[in-house]
Amino acid sequence: MANVADVHERSAIAEPHAGYGAHGTPGFFTRWFLSTNHKDIGTLYIIFAIQAGIVGALLSGLIRWELAYPGVQLFVHGSWLDKLGLIEASNHGYTVVVTAHALTMIFFMIMPAMIGGFGNWFVPLMIGAPDMAFPRMNNISFWMLVASWAMLLTSMFVDGGPGKGFGGGWTMYPPLSTSGHTGPAMDCVILSVHLAGASSILGAINFITTIFNMRAPGMTLHRMPLFVWSILVTVFMLLLALPVLAGAMTMLFTDRNFGTHFFDAAGGGDPLMYQHLFWFFGHPEVYILIIPGFGMISHIVSTFSKKPVFGYLAMAYAMVAIGFLGFIVWAHHMFTVGMSVNLQAYFIAATMVIAVPTGVKVFSWIATMWGGSLEFKTPMLWAIGFIFLFTVGGVTGVVLANAGIDYSLHDTYYVVAHFHYVLSLGAVFAIFGGFYYWFEKMWGVRYNEFLGTVHFWLTFVGVNVVFFPQHFLGLQGMPRRTVDYPVAFSYWNNVSSIGYAITFVGLLVFLIVLVEAAVRRRPARANPWGVGATTLEWTLPSPPPFHQFNELPVIRADSH
Amino acid sequence: MKSVSFAIGRLTAALSAVGLGVALASAAFADVVGQPTDGAIDLQPAASQIRRDVAIFHNHILLPIIVAITLLVAGLLVICIVRFNSRANPVPARWSHNTPIEIAWTVIPVLILMFIAIFSFKLLFEEHDMPRPYMTVKVTGRQWNWDYEYPDQKIGAYTSSVLSRDDAKARGLPYLLAVDAPMMAPVGKVVRVQVTGEDVIHSFSVPAFGIKIDAVPGRLNETWFKSDRTGVFYGQCSQLCGLNHSMMPIQVDVVSQPQFDAWVASKAPPAASLALAAPAAALAAAPAAAAAAR
Repeated sequence: MANVADVHERSAIAEPHAGYGAHGTPGFFTRWFLSTNHKDIGTLYIIFAIQAGIVGALLSGLIRWELAYPGVQLFVHGSWLDKLGLIEASNHGYTVVVTAHALTMIFFMIMPAMIGGFGNWFVPLMIGAPDMAFPRMNNISFWMLVASWAMLLTSMFVDGGPGKGFGGGWTMYPPLSTSGHTGPAMDCVILSVHLAGASSILGAINFITTIFNMRAPGMTLHRMPLFVWSILVTVFMLLLALPVLAGAMTMLFTDRNFGTHFFDAAGGGDPLMYQHLFWFFGHPEVYILIIPGFGMISHIVSTFSKKPVFGYLAMAYAMVAIGFLGFIVWAHHMFTVGMSVNLQAYFIAATMVIAVPTGVKVFSWIATMWGGSLEFKTPMLWAIGFIFLFTVGGVTGVVLANAGIDYSLHDTYYVVAHFHYVLSLGAVFAIFGGFYYWFEKMWGVRYNEFLGTVHFWLTFVGVNVVFFPQHFLGLQGMPRRTVDYPVAFSYWNNVSSIGYAITFVGLLVFLIVLVEAAVRRRPARANPWGVGATTLEWTLPSPPPFHQFNELPVIRADSH
Repeated sequence: MKSVSFAIGRLTAALSAVGLGVALASAAFADVVGQPTDGAIDLQPAASQIRRDVAIFHNHILLPIIVAITLLVAGLLVICIVRFNSRANPVPARWSHNTPIEIAWTVIPVLILMFIAIFSFKLLFEEHDMPRPYMTVKVTGRQWNWDYEYPDQKIGAYTSSVLSRDDAKARGLPYLLAVDAPMMAPVGKVVRVQVTGEDVIHSFSVPAFGIKIDAVPGRLNETWFKSDRTGVFYGQCSQLCGLNHSMMPIQVDVVSQPQFDAWVASKAPPAASLALAAPAAALAAAPAAAAAAR
């Protein structure tokens, strides 16, 4: 993190941006549809993520509505969903919704928000760069994602084979995704994933180039803010993992359409080969979703403790270690496929090792707070919530890492609870934390602190009521992705659905926060958080000028 | 509103528990041990040594450790919130390094994980160390039912499908768990289960035995169990297999050796079954066997 004294010195340099006004900002269409400005593209990504997040949340609402009671109430002929006619009201429709919820939240909510949104906005600002290395490529990354989103939505409304849409889960295991879904819906999903993957690869190249080549003088790698470190690790993972997914998707595509047999046992292929390829991407992917959150949480905790991040280097290299380990643990998703016992033993050991760097991060956040002078502004609430909930999700991950137990818990609601604790409660809490942390910086107006607090508490209580009981369902053996369940799973499912209602009210409060801030237009401060906020973006006005750092700031010392 | 819904949930739970009790009594089943319990917060009861070891590993080793870690983190957060808020501690410290504690929180988790790994590997190898099996059952998953075949007893494959809601209700059996023709196994014997898939991937799972193994087309997977008690054990397909994924449950009826032999005889070719007609009729009172013999 940059030295405070330096920041003040620099802010004198960073101030005279009036000169940029001479170039003028482009007109509406040029500015938002042909954008090459990293902040505008970041804004586009964030707006995109918010709308996708609302869609994903509504889809999960359908899931919880259906599961509130045993029997099929919603995905059945004659229900209001059937009368609405948008989504097929059938058992197949339910799995389509489950699939779309997962793909939406992963590819169109968390990734765009964290990497496309906050990454685009703040990586150049934090390293003292005027923009991203490849502004036009940045633009095409975004618009490819829009096309990808359109493909996914299309897939829900075209024939899948068993009915409208693809209902094979976000994992898309063949043969269910090949011979099990003969309609064009799955091809739409494949093309959607291809586009999203290409978009992310271009974005990853852009970030790597920017971070390696466009740091301000004196901004050495070991002085880089942790959020930039987190994005650097994330985009390297994207660059290495996504081509593997693209390969697996292409093979699925040719299996489906051109008569190849990569994953067809009858033709000499192997369905498990797909699972290996998928999870070689899939496991790094789940760390891609959470690591930028690690970076944001570090900044928030440090800012509101008014204390430098504890163990900066350990924090940075813990992320590098998690990123590396993320690539060598994939088959812990496949303990029940019939792997050799020695291979399973390896994947148990490798998986448990991840708990070590993760523990370093959790304890370092606490050590950052220790001795600090904490202020419980909205971003800090989300950050503290994140640390606790991520810990809960982390320890259940240690349980699941043990194949001996995993035979009892694999593909049950215990797994659902686990990954929602680290993603829905981990990544999403980090996103909301970052959103409130940088709210004034990005939008140039202040949010209402009271409404933000209400949003946090409703969400915190709600998601815990949703997901904690799912551990119990999983221990009792309830399988995932079933539209109906034996009555013996009623009680906790009912509780879980009540939790959704609470969370949904929280989501509405979030929308009220946005509207209230937009209507009241309280002018933003350059640095609302005071001495704790030491990174470069706080030296600029809020919102920052259209182009910043015409003269590069010089970093002379670090504060850690 | 919330409390009302909770009350309804509890009421439903209580009612279904009562209903289940009635169902059990009326069905006159020896014992339905392997099934979920509404409102329960732990693993289903174990019916094999393996599953007992799984439960010990989970309940006595993993659970205390993860609860302790979670409470430790929560406690530290609470201390930070109470002691180091801006009112209690207006002047923040400036330190950001402490090498001994960093070493401690790296090394101690490593030791904890090594401790867990000892039990984990022991359990893993125990689960994969199948004793000499008494018999083999070949299980084939398909959309959306299971086939059971007994090569040792020369019993050809028969299909096991979920009971319809009305059938289950009529027989007082749990819907989405009970089937028309269960898999049969003798008590106290090692049963090798070979599993494959016919169309898409399914997963054969019986929680009471702690087993779950995928039914993958083109592969023959293997697991085993040794039930130490008679009874009915339910499981469900545990891999998304299409629209009726929720409707392909697994039911294993574990019976005494004589009952099992009688069932085998009843399934044998007509000539043999004639000779055994008398004992088979005597045993028809055991509904599990009778149901399977249909």
